[in-house]
Amino acid sequence: MEWIQQLVNGISLGSIYALIALGYTMVYGIIKLINFAHGDVFMIGAFIGFYAIAKWELGFLPALLLAMAVCAIFGVLIERIAYKRLRNATRIAALITAIGVSLLIEYTTIFFRGAQPAAYPEVIKNTTFDVFGVQISSTSILILSVSIVLMILLQFIVHKTKIGKAMRAVSHDADAARLMGINVDNTISATFAIGSALAGAAGVIFGVYYTKIDPLMGVIPGVKAFIAAVLGGIGIIPGAMVGGMLLGVVESFVSALGFSLWRDAAAFVILILILIFRPSGIFGKNAREKV
Amino acid sequence: MKENNKLKKFGSLLVASSLLAGVLAGCGAGDSDTSSGGGSSSGGSKDGDTIKIGANLELSGNVASYGSSIGLGAELAVKEINDAGGIDGKKIELIKVDNKSENSEATAAAIKLATQDKVVAMMSPATSGNTIATVQIANDNKIPLVGAAATAPNVTVNDDGSVNEYAFRTCFIDPFQGIVAANFATGELKAKNVAIFADNASDYAKGLAKSFKDTIAENGGKVVKEEAYVAKDTDFRTQLTNIKSSNPDFIFIPGYYEEVGLIVKQAREMGITVPLMGADGWDSPTLVELAGADALNNTYITNHYSAEDPDQKIQDFVKAFKAANGDKAPDAFNALGYDTVYYIADAIKRAGSTDGEAIKKALAETKDLSLVTGTFSVDENHNPIKTATVLEFKDGKQVFNSKVNP
Repeated sequence: MEWIQQLVNGISLGSIYALIALGYTMVYGIIKLINFAHGDVFMIGAFIGFYAIAKWELGFLPALLLAMAVCAIFGVLIERIAYKRLRNATRIAALITAIGVSLLIEYTTIFFRGAQPAAYPEVIKNTTFDVFGVQISSTSILILSVSIVLMILLQFIVHKTKIGKAMRAVSHDADAARLMGINVDNTISATFAIGSALAGAAGVIFGVYYTKIDPLMGVIPGVKAFIAAVLGGIGIIPGAMVGGMLLGVVESFVSALGFSLWRDAAAFVILILILIFRPSGIFGKNAREKV
Repeated sequence: MKENNKLKKFGSLLVASSLLAGVLAGCGAGDSDTSSGGGSSSGGSKDGDTIKIGANLELSGNVASYGSSIGLGAELAVKEINDAGGIDGKKIELIKVDNKSENSEATAAAIKLATQDKVVAMMSPATSGNTIATVQIANDNKIPLVGAAATAPNVTVNDDGSVNEYAFRTCFIDPFQGIVAANFATGELKAKNVAIFADNASDYAKGLAKSFKDTIAENGGKVVKEEAYVAKDTDFRTQLTNIKSSNPDFIFIPGYYEEVGLIVKQAREMGITVPLMGADGWDSPTLVELAGADALNNTYITNHYSAEDPDQKIQDFVKAFKAANGDKAPDAFNALGYDTVYYIADAIKRAGSTDGEAIKKALAETKDLSLVTGTFSVDENHNPIKTATVLEFKDGKQVFNSKVNP
């Protein structure tokens, strides 16, 4: 039973990684940029949700939607202000800019509200279900269901809508897409908007599940989500989902085996092994569709 | 271009040398002053009627709440002593310096207090790490240093067992809290199988875990599970799952409130209902916000004092503090800051002089001094032997449970 409990723990953690990893992988797929500010969009989402719940007394769902909307706009702003003019610059220049943007967001937040943590109010009555000796809390069910709904929605957008088609086209070949009359700039903005909205959602879920949020909370989950994206095959949407879940479960099992202090190390060992033996990730076999 | 460079070099050399000269002059002045024997009171006629005590505190930075609390307590004590006529007719002047919660700033602040302000004794920073950064300055300048809340053993005693001559403290040391917690677990709570969940990134938590473990073994209890975490973690469910499966009837969690708040919350969510216990690192209002008042029921902490202790001396202090600070009940840091000033004042009075060496000797000879955080005597390692208080959380409030003697 203990192992099933650890599996449940791991999947809850993994679904948060997966939601953040989706944003990394989508942005990489379309402009080949590792957006290191993505973890901070996640943090902004957590704080928007916090203020929505604690100060304006919204419920969980309105707070989630508000955080997603604000993060979507925020993501587009970052892209328009910081990355757009670097589109033809070297990739290292864009990468360094991303790190700069990340630090800017973190320390601007600290400037305005201080570095002390905040505690998420209890927005959903937390009850624990006992399923054959496994404790499953209502919040972990919530996390999982919200993540799954969002991932299905994302698959729908990418495969069944016009903007999704445009995204796939731009990711495949931006120049050809432009010649076909696709507005590449708008498509890239849409990608940032969707990815950032997912990060915002992850932020709110994180707050509800773990209670403590602070301005630097995005750093470690951001890096872990990046590992998840690479693990699944960066640029591949299902890869990010599977990579996130897998990483969460591996971390849980490493702790369960009594190596809890090695948990973070395990994540980085996975990154190193993947980069050495299978740089294209689990799903990165033959040029599959990329977004 | 070349000339310009030369000019720059010359300029910076000039600045550097003048700075250096300033520092040297500062040090020299400090040395000569303390070795003259009279201390600052004999130094200048202007300072003759006051006794300067330095307070090197965290007034900003990440543990600003600790430092500012100590400062508030100290100010109250200084005011009381001065209103009662001071020490042998001389008023105390408290000089507060902000060390920004950083080691290097703490050292700089200590140098400033020792050489520029020429204090006769110093209150050291709130955290052990910052205090250790100032011990050398105290020894070199022969100015006694008293830590209000620096609980690490190596503040007063070096790793090789030698005692830092000029370092003292008002608080008990870390291992003592582990012993108290273990005695409370096996005695009061009748626990037999205990688990330990410690912060592996802090010496404080590791020290507590070790002394707790040793005492449990002496008391005939059994440690069924030991797990660890690192500061800044947010997910403790995996370790808690391991702990839960070993069925302990008591869990000891030494650590700081930021992580402990989440641990307590997650433990209760997972159906762990046994008593949880920690130490003074839990003492913060943020803990209640993070864990929630319900989850904190059936948890205990050891602490330096409780504002709800019925003892008359404590109630008088609480009343005076509330009157001076807008009805805010004093926390442990306030009480320790307050006691530290009385501890130093008592020593200066008995020494009958403001000479560093005489004050140091008087501090070391302190016996049965009755203070708010307990009556204490100083042992050969410059640590006070005093009581600890056990507090219980009830609906988010700390409630006085019992006092434990060493």
